[in-house]
Amino acid sequence: MIEVHNLTYRIADAPILTDISLRVPLGGIVALIGPNGAGKSTLLSLMARLLPLQQGRITVDELTVGQSDDRELARRLAILPQTMHATSRLTVRDLVSFGRYPYHRGRPTKEDRSLVEEGLGLFELSAMADRSLDTLSGGQRQRAFVAMTYVQDTNYVLLDEPLNNLDLAASRSLMVRLRELADAKGRTIIIVLHDINVATAYADRVLVMKDGRLCGDGAPRDVVTPELIKDVFETDATLRVVDGRPVVLA
Amino acid sequence: MYPRRLVLLSVLLLLCALGYLFTDVKGSLEFALMFRGKKLAALLLISASQAVAAVMFQTISGNRILTPSIMGFDALYVLILTTAVVFLGAPTYQRLDSGLLMLANATLMCGAAILLFGLLLRRGRDDLMRMLLTGVVLAVMLRSVTGLMQRVIDPNEYAVVQAASFARFARAETDLLGVSAALCLVALAFAWRMRHRLDVLALGPVVSTSLGEPPLKGQRWALLLISVLVSVSTALVGPVAFFGLLVSALTYMVLPTYRHAVLLPGSALIAGVILVGGQWALERVFSFSTPLSVVVEFLGGLVFLLLLLKGLKR
Repeated sequence: MIEVHNLTYRIADAPILTDISLRVPLGGIVALIGPNGAGKSTLLSLMARLLPLQQGRITVDELTVGQSDDRELARRLAILPQTMHATSRLTVRDLVSFGRYPYHRGRPTKEDRSLVEEGLGLFELSAMADRSLDTLSGGQRQRAFVAMTYVQDTNYVLLDEPLNNLDLAASRSLMVRLRELADAKGRTIIIVLHDINVATAYADRVLVMKDGRLCGDGAPRDVVTPELIKDVFETDATLRVVDGRPVVLA
Repeated sequence: MYPRRLVLLSVLLLLCALGYLFTDVKGSLEFALMFRGKKLAALLLISASQAVAAVMFQTISGNRILTPSIMGFDALYVLILTTAVVFLGAPTYQRLDSGLLMLANATLMCGAAILLFGLLLRRGRDDLMRMLLTGVVLAVMLRSVTGLMQRVIDPNEYAVVQAASFARFARAETDLLGVSAALCLVALAFAWRMRHRLDVLALGPVVSTSLGEPPLKGQRWALLLISVLVSVSTALVGPVAFFGLLVSALTYMVLPTYRHAVLLPGSALIAGVILVGGQWALERVFSFSTPLSVVVEFLGGLVFLLLLLKGLKR
């Protein structure tokens, strides 16, 4: 369980997040949605300890962010970067192997190696395992990063707008894989999404943010309503229900 | 990875060292060996510290153009030294134990470097051009402040400062060798212990945080080691601007890997081959016609321009 208690964050007196509290129990996909500047990425970055906490507390299972050992936290919580500058010096296998670093600290055991190979196989990367990262397409590279976080074997995976720069096929394939991680491996995935339709299609729970506050929380079909589009996103796009789920017509 | 290339480099370095020690010995072999042995040791220390400092700095700053010297680390060292001479006065300064002085300088340098460059790295990591600009401006500023102080002081005191602030590989301060070697070896040992952490830090702040290696902590620790290494080599031969860059660029070419377990020793070996081999060639073949620092700086400067142009094109 990730618990956020009374989180407030400011940048030079401008409130970015105001008194946010929430709980994310183990399992499922939780999508963070909201208009630009709502504070979604800031909230995720604070959970990911990419930003220092100012006020409030975040706990991951029994560990406290900012106090507990970084290595311990790295075995509970992984962060998927948007994209990394591809370096020609890293192969796919090298990158995926880094997922085991929190366990072996640079001295991989036999078990670590076999887990890496399993990860490569699971994400259909075995054939390109020895290619360097900068020869891959954006989608393949993203898949290599997901394989790395899979191998890291954490309960929680945080993703900040991973679909930026991905085409339709790559976006869908990423979401399907995340769904599998949640369903088959029991991982908890917290993801910032721009596209409400992606959130309603793949998430179990949607958290809506606006102006640094939480203003909606629940299953996609309960949360995504015409009122949400009007009040939170301040636009009058039409909402239709297609195959039992709400779809925003942009 | 690349064990053959590392062995080859070691053999090359050994040959250079033997050549440097044994060619053209006139008179007592024993005396020549002692005299040259000290200089050789100094050259090796400088090579290892400049190389490792450059590679580490490029790893934590996430680029391959900047080195501690380009960002003004050695300018900071000369500034500290000049300030010490100005405030203590040259006679007092010269009466102080040189080893002790070096320790004090290195300590001050560590503090100042972490303050200055730590801040710079935190703000500028994603923006190479901004960091480059800030670094170069910072270096110029440090040099100008130093220049101002040197103009204000008494000419005798100026001579003391000047003697300590010019690169001269041929006349390395061998009387500082003991303290330098101790400091340097400790720093190098810690750098070696950090090799796996450096591999992770090279992946950028998000991935290294995710893997339990907070970038700020790693950067601070690396800056500390870099400061010690740069202080030692600056104290021994004076500032060299582009040597580290020349070495790191060659290292990435010869050893195309991300593993610091290979990069750190590899870069030290390459640096050693350049310095010892270069010094040997200049002393014996060209009979001291050009100081090595001029040649090294010329080549290093060219590499810097090439990298910069390549980086701009991308």
